[in-house]
Amino acid sequence: MTTKLFGEPVRRREDARLIIGKGRYLDDIGAGALAAAFVRSPHAHARITDVDVEAALDVEGLVAIYTYEDLTGPMAEPLPVLIPHPQLHAPRTGYALANGMVNHVGEPVVMVVATDRYLAEDAAERIVVTYEELPVVVGVDAAREARAVVHEDIPDNVAARHHQETGDVEPTLAASPHTLSFTQYIERSACMPLEGKGVHARWDPDDASLRVHSSTQASTSVRAAIAAKLELSLDRVEVVAPDVGGGFGVKIVHPWPEELLVPMAAIRLGHEVKWAEDRREHFISSAHERQQRQEITVGYDDDGRITALDVHVWHDNGAYTPYGIIVPIVTATQLVGPYALPVYRVVVESVYTNTVIVTPYRGAGRPQGCYAMERTMDRVADALGLDRAEVRRRNLITPDQFPYDHHLTFQDGRPVIYDSGDYPGLLDKLVALVGWDEAAALRADAQARGKLLGVGMALYVEGTGPGPYEGGHVQVLGSGKVLVSTGLTSQGQGHETVFAQIVASELGVSMDDVEVHTGDTRRFGYAVGTFASRAAVMSGNAVALAARGVREKAIRIAAEVLEANPEDLEIDEGLVQVKGTPGASIPLRTVAVLSNPLRYAFDEAAKQATQFAGPGDDSKPPVAPGDAPGLEHRDYYSPIRSTFASGAHAAVVEIDPQTWEIDVVRYAVVHDCGNVVNPMIVEGQVHGGVAQGVGGALYERMAYDADGQLQNASFMDFLMPYASEVPDVVIDHQETPSPLNPLGIKGAGEAGVIPGTAAIASAIEDATGRRIASMPISPTELYDLMRDETAERTAASQQTSLQTGVPA
Amino acid sequence: MKPAPFRYADPRSLEEALDVLAADPGAKVLAGGQSLLPLLAMRLAAPATLVDVNRVPGLDTVEVTGDGVRVGALVRHARLLHDDTAAGVQPLLARATANVAHPAIRNRGTTVGSIAHADPSGEMTSVLALTGGSVTVATPEGRSTVGWQDLFVGPLETSIAGPAVVVDAFFPALPERSGTAFAEIARRKGDYAVCGAGVVVTLDADRRVSAVRASYISVGLVPEVHDLTEAVAGKPVDGADWAAAGALARTLVDPDTDIHASADYRRLLVGVLTERTLTDAAREAAERTAA
Amino acid sequence: MTSVDTPRIDSERTVRVTVNGVPREATVPVRRVLADALRDDLGLTGTHVGCAHGVCGSCTVLVDGDPVRSCLVLAVQVDGAEVTTVEGLAREDHQGGQVLHPVQEAFRECHALQCGFCTPGFLVTIAAGLEARDRSAEITEEEVDELVGGNLCRCTGYANIKKAVRHAAATMREDAS
Repeated sequence: MTTKLFGEPVRRREDARLIIGKGRYLDDIGAGALAAAFVRSPHAHARITDVDVEAALDVEGLVAIYTYEDLTGPMAEPLPVLIPHPQLHAPRTGYALANGMVNHVGEPVVMVVATDRYLAEDAAERIVVTYEELPVVVGVDAAREARAVVHEDIPDNVAARHHQETGDVEPTLAASPHTLSFTQYIERSACMPLEGKGVHARWDPDDASLRVHSSTQASTSVRAAIAAKLELSLDRVEVVAPDVGGGFGVKIVHPWPEELLVPMAAIRLGHEVKWAEDRREHFISSAHERQQRQEITVGYDDDGRITALDVHVWHDNGAYTPYGIIVPIVTATQLVGPYALPVYRVVVESVYTNTVIVTPYRGAGRPQGCYAMERTMDRVADALGLDRAEVRRRNLITPDQFPYDHHLTFQDGRPVIYDSGDYPGLLDKLVALVGWDEAAALRADAQARGKLLGVGMALYVEGTGPGPYEGGHVQVLGSGKVLVSTGLTSQGQGHETVFAQIVASELGVSMDDVEVHTGDTRRFGYAVGTFASRAAVMSGNAVALAARGVREKAIRIAAEVLEANPEDLEIDEGLVQVKGTPGASIPLRTVAVLSNPLRYAFDEAAKQATQFAGPGDDSKPPVAPGDAPGLEHRDYYSPIRSTFASGAHAAVVEIDPQTWEIDVVRYAVVHDCGNVVNPMIVEGQVHGGVAQGVGGALYERMAYDADGQLQNASFMDFLMPYASEVPDVVIDHQETPSPLNPLGIKGAGEAGVIPGTAAIASAIEDATGRRIASMPISPTELYDLMRDETAERTAASQQTSLQTGVPA
Repeated sequence: MKPAPFRYADPRSLEEALDVLAADPGAKVLAGGQSLLPLLAMRLAAPATLVDVNRVPGLDTVEVTGDGVRVGALVRHARLLHDDTAAGVQPLLARATANVAHPAIRNRGTTVGSIAHADPSGEMTSVLALTGGSVTVATPEGRSTVGWQDLFVGPLETSIAGPAVVVDAFFPALPERSGTAFAEIARRKGDYAVCGAGVVVTLDADRRVSAVRASYISVGLVPEVHDLTEAVAGKPVDGADWAAAGALARTLVDPDTDIHASADYRRLLVGVLTERTLTDAAREAAERTAA
Repeated sequence: MTSVDTPRIDSERTVRVTVNGVPREATVPVRRVLADALRDDLGLTGTHVGCAHGVCGSCTVLVDGDPVRSCLVLAVQVDGAEVTTVEGLAREDHQGGQVLHPVQEAFRECHALQCGFCTPGFLVTIAAGLEARDRSAEITEEEVDELVGGNLCRCTGYANIKKAVRHAAATMREDAS
């Protein structure tokens, strides 16, 4: 095949429009739309006693004001619990507009619609809501203590108790040569795409249909939710995800209140309505992730082999649980990483706090799990005086152990069975790539420059591409153009390019002839969404299968025309030809024309397919039973279970012992996502993930005060890294194909972020000799730690005398 | 995040500007707008009228004399950063503006505006104090000079009341046999500093330390100048114990805690930055002092 | 009628501005920030608003050649100015086709964008910076850091953006020699 595109670093087709300012993001749509703005709760926990809109009524340009009282039918019910789970015993969700109670700052209370956003904000500002404040719960520890409660009827603040175990932990721990126990914390960050959420809705009264654009990761399900909530027939609702300015998880949650309210208003007002979330709204009313308290007990032998691991996680799920307990389940099940743990028990208690909801942010519980496991490895190594890489090596699952069954149940309800991998291979590559064994020399060099240097590593295994399914549709037009559609959405991952590569490769056509559409329910109605590093695995395989279906049909039709044996035909450069017989060929576009028997010739090409164009076989109907007109095929990929990608990261940090500034000076990644469709795009995903990992380790946190006010709800104070804070990243690849799917691929979207916190914590610990048990860590916190006489020192630190700026 | 309604005037003379300000107590001056516009967008400020002075002629000059540098109200940070003549007379101007945010902000934001904004996290408020500078305030009654000590009243608060436009800021020249340095530590490059320090070291003719002054950023509610001379007075420039000056500085400051840094950490940084900047400034002072 | 002596105090104004070389006019409320005027009044939606408080740089445009945050400038303030947005970076060739700016080409070549939302701000900032420097000199890492340092990107981790800056600088250097 000459049209080999799979595996090539093909330049992205999306870029052509995006670099000239012709992208079409949510707020670029609907120039004539009315604008929505919201009155949001200024209190973390309060009862609403009065909503007075009087003062807003004379604001110029005001069109409508909606409160909870204006919601009817299903709209007046709580928002759905998207992913119910038997262990989520006390699920709670908010209302599209607050129904008498608010449970976090930012919760929507009143919607205002005006002729533009400025005026809508003017009106919103004048609406007076009276609150009766209630005690506030902030942070896992406060939730655990439950001196105050978030939801009146849940006295312990516990939404779910998730529990999995693979054996009898207590006796195994009791019989272990060594055990150690510790507690550690990880804080909240957030996806923080540069484009906030947004919704535009247009009601067509003549057609009685609704077209909604949403900056979403799940257009098909938004459609279903809108239809259900607004009591519309599904066929009357279309949802399109336009160009989406980043997602990272926050846009998989749905329906956001605004995704229901904006269409509701558009219908009621008979006018387009748009809401483009501003940055402050995004901070206080979208979603965060990552806060956990982890209580860990590990048993191990003299060689550092783990005998048993017992983990109790307290997970902060925020005020509501619309996304169920996916994040804690992912933590619980992905925590085990690349290691063979003889016995593992995990209990996650997911607790309510009066803060923004917690739903997946790139990694979705994996960074926390990795942090728990990898820091455990570091502690075991430290306790035994062993090299951290060596302890890991001794516990790795070996290549001959695949498929490896952890006897756990994953977020898709399916068993955690690793399909393939080579973890020792990853570790070897990482050690070489980062220069692990030369750390002493690096340390000496840094010391000569007055800096403390430390190295750290973290390994992970990531379940990617969970089901239930995705679909693909491939259609060849008479023009030769190949239309591809899949229901899942894109937020910058280059799906148009990658799916075109796959289809062009499978079908034997030029990529230029392939046009890809994603996330548009008008084109493909069945889909799940873009999350869990699943797009390439799920839709990639689905469009491949659809392309194979088209290919099969094309060859069947061409074989008839060419009077050849189908086995002898191939498709290359858009030409169906007899292998080794140049000239005996028919263009795919002609096959497409012939595949659709016509009565009417609408253009030159179509003439070939009309009823008098040539001799037909009068003994058969023009379209054979079981066949369909057109050269198209729709297919679905539904995996038996997730496929497991893996990787290993190492960080080298330098710390200024006077100012305690922490600088990641080298960052190494070894990455295995099976067969790679486009290495350029995969590397880009890794780079972006690492930047978020570094951000999460050293810069980003949601700083809530005790009253539940977010102290840093701006880009000025929420410290997303600029280029100056992101280290150079060196990457090495390993490709262990997945045996589970036709293309042998595993997901790559989230990997880069997963081990960052663990690896950097390890490196800081290595540099300072102080136990790092709470992440992220800032210079001011490191300073506090260094001068805390009671702070735990690592065993390794006994050998290092620190020349530091800590005052005596 | 859209500004609340206001009215707008862009007067073509200072007199017109003052007229508008005099007529409307809710009016506020707009120059670079790089601090004001975010406040407007968040509706943390809602002036009735904005008086945009960008079209007032004569406010965009940098006058450099032997006495110092007079910076007009419309001079952008970027211009001062690249003004070698001004830097020759008062090197702190370029050294400090290099730390102001990012280029796109420096292209628009004005040095005088940032002083009038009186943010204790601002570089130029501190430099005005450290250099013993002053501003010229125009009011309907005429012009007056306000020294830095009388200017800064509190965070984001100056002594200037009523209809007034700060038309320039004057930064006295660096005294002879003196050197300066400026450094800051920010969480991200370009952020407001967690702590910053500007220092001036002056030597006597024998290259002994005769004066040491320092001013800090994001430390305290208003810019302050601390005299650190006693720690190193009379010491030869090569043998002065700058760490002792740092230690002294730590005892003089009273920083606050916020989400980015504790007061103690800021105090630590005051010591470290003092020592580091004094080392650099002393070297420069020595170079500028004939042996 | 405007008198020269009495300053006009307005709630709404007509702004005349040259955008991407084309004289444009819009009547806007005086509180409208430039970013919104470009997007909503002039239909130039290539300029994106990422934070509306001047930190992310997505909305960066050139005003009289200099990069500024268009969320921190009022539309009325650019009356009489020249504004360049991402839509104005490419130029037309003799056949009326579009010739991308080297930095646009480089972004594509180096995979310097993913979701593309922050990209316009980077493109105009870098383009202006590369235009202003001595093209014949090899670009330094300090210059690269300065050119990309003031804009936030959440997708790329910046590595490929920096690569694109070097790539574009090299292209412009070749073109200059």
